[in-house]
Order: sequence, then structure tokens, then C-alpha cells
Amino acid sequence: MAENVTPRVRVPSSAAAGEVITIKTLISHIMESGQRKDGDGNLIPRSIINRFTCDFNGQNVIDVTLEPAISTNPYFEFQAQVPEAGTYTFTWYDDDGSVYTDTKDIAIG
Amino acid sequence: MTKTVLKGAITSVAILAGAGMALAEGNLVINGDLELTTEAPAPSHIEGLTTVYSGWVFRDSFTQAMEMDDFDNPGMLFVDAGEDMWNEPAGTSGKACADCHGDASESMAGVRAVYPKWNEAAGEVRTLEMQINACRTENQGAEALKYGKGDIVSLEAYISMQSRGMPMNVAIDGPVADVWAQGKQMYYTRTGQLELSCASCHEENYGNLIRAETLSQGQTNGFPVYRIKDSVLTSAAGRFVGCVRDTKAETYKIDSSDFVALELYVASRGNGLSVEGVSVRN
Repeated sequence: MAENVTPRVRVPSSAAAGEVITIKTLISHIMESGQRKDGDGNLIPRSIINRFTCDFNGQNVIDVTLEPAISTNPYFEFQAQVPEAGTYTFTWYDDDGSVYTDTKDIAIG
Repeated sequence: MTKTVLKGAITSVAILAGAGMALAEGNLVINGDLELTTEAPAPSHIEGLTTVYSGWVFRDSFTQAMEMDDFDNPGMLFVDAGEDMWNEPAGTSGKACADCHGDASESMAGVRAVYPKWNEAAGEVRTLEMQINACRTENQGAEALKYGKGDIVSLEAYISMQSRGMPMNVAIDGPVADVWAQGKQMYYTRTGQLELSCASCHEENYGNLIRAETLSQGQTNGFPVYRIKDSVLTSAAGRFVGCVRDTKAETYKIDSSDFVALELYVASRGNGLSVEGVSVRN
């Protein structure tokens, strides 16, 4: 199992209704590709985050499939329109079955 | 910063102008509120420079921007790991750093700015890495960590962050004078098949290109540094190994007294520049 996996998210605490905001996310993860070999010539098993999603009040904002060539500590920056006050839910899916989540509230004003 | 500021390197100005390159304008402001000193008058004990610059000013705007926001600075992941280490019991004593030193924001404030420094009890100059290991082996009953990369640098980064924004102020006199002189001697001695001294690149040619990279002054105020090419943190000693190797020389051992002397001398060249906590470089 991947160690020291910590999600981090930055969302503005408030926005005007209809405003487009920038969301930044980062998760610490080794993102081992499964292509590399260790000192003894054995394949190091693949261990990556394979999917990332962001939802707002139950509605999907972004759904990303991650592939083995993506580097360590995957970072996503994207924009979203804020229709109303609510909660963003961020979810990362690990190859080992672990699911990491984080949430951020945003207010209108 | 403008080209005319580079008085100490006339050739640099010509080449920079010729290549249509300019060193960055603007200041290093972290998270929009903490301004760091990246340019200062050279300390009086440095003959070859009139102004000292943080390595930050030599990097491109994208790399610079990564350091200006803690969210975008990948080094912060290691600071978090260092904080966990600070609070986690280690070794046979079952004690964590926090059990003796308490809140790092108080006990470690200013520490990074004065290292390497003399340790009276041990009768030697110690780098921050050495001090961490001494604390681990003598007080915690834990194994010593390997220098250069990995856990020790994460812990160093967390400690270093407590001094962010404070000016480097390494002592060069008193009991450290001999070691400092040894470091200075090393700095100006040509070494390796390429016959380069530290000064060849970092004093005489900072601002010029070495292949595709712009040479900095080799200041250590930004260490530990997150190197984009490695995607991990590196300590000053770890960087020295790479730098000496690049002169095609046999490097000193990373835990050798030679590198302690060099680290002390190089740190003293940056007195007056801000501790950057964890910096981001190429």
C-alpha cells in the first residue's frame, strides 16, 4: 500500500453566484509506473492513483482517468462555475483499493 | 532586479544582454504576504562579490512562481512529513523531538539561520543534519539517518520553515575560524578533470549559461531545495556531492568534515539573505 498519501485542496471560501473559480488539488503519492525494475531486476509493482473526481452538491464537475506515466504527487488545477453555495467533494482512487476524500465548502457573497 | 545591478559580473551583463535574457524582475513574496530578501550587500568577509543573490533570482518565472505559493511548492509535502517526524516518537527512548523541544515554531525559530555552527560540548562544527543525527543517536536512541535526501531532509525542512524570512547569520569567527578558513580554501581550489573551483562558476560566472542552465551564486539560504529534476528535497551536502561530481572529481563523502567546512563557508557567503524554508529550483 502506498504510504504517506495526503490530499490537499485549495478552493476559495466564497464566490459570487455564477463566478468561475480556480480549484487546485494535490495528492502526495509515489505513482509507481509498474515499468521499473529494482536492483535485483524484479519488476516493481504498479501503484498509482487511477482516478480522480470532483463533485459539487452531488453533481460531477470533473472525472479524470490517470495513467501510469503521470508523475509522482499528481496535481490538478481546473476551473468551475459556482451556481450556488455548497460543498465540493474530491475523491482519489488508489490501485490498492484505498479511496481518499476531501471536502471544501464555498459560500456565495 | 535589473541587469545594471550585476556590477560584480560585467561579463554576465554583456552575455545576458546578448542572449536577450534578463534576470527576473520583482520580489520573492510568499503567499502574497511574506517578502524575502533575495538581494543583499555582500558580507565584508567575501572579497569576490559586491552583492549576493538568492538562487531564486536566476530561475525562470515558472519555477519562481512555484516557490511563491505554498500550495504550488511541492517541497511543502516534505515539510508536512517532517512535521509528522517531529511529533512521532523514535528510538529506544520513545521520545519525539516535540517531547524535549516542544512547539517547533518557538524552539526552532532562528535555528536554520545560524547553521552550520559550533557545538561546544562536542567540540566540532555541526551542520543541521549532523545536529539532527546527534540528537537521534544520543537523546532518542534512534539510528542515524543518511544525509542528503530522504527523512533527514524532510525534518530539516520542517525546522528550516520555522526560520523562513529571517536573515542568514552564520558565525565565522571564534572556534569556527579554522574550519571556515578550510572551507574558503576549498571554495577557491580547482578540482576535477574540468579543473573548476566553486568560484569558477558561482563567483566569476554567475548569471552566465552553463550549457542550458543559468549559473547562480550557489547560495545555500534556500536549502533544503526541491529540485524539479529530482522531485525530492536535497540538502546542501547532497547538492555539494552533485556539484563536485560535475567537475569530474572524486567527491568527498557526504558526511565528511570537508563538506562541513565547505557548507559553513558557503553559508557565510549568503549572510544577509533570507532563509527560504524550502525553495524550488531546477
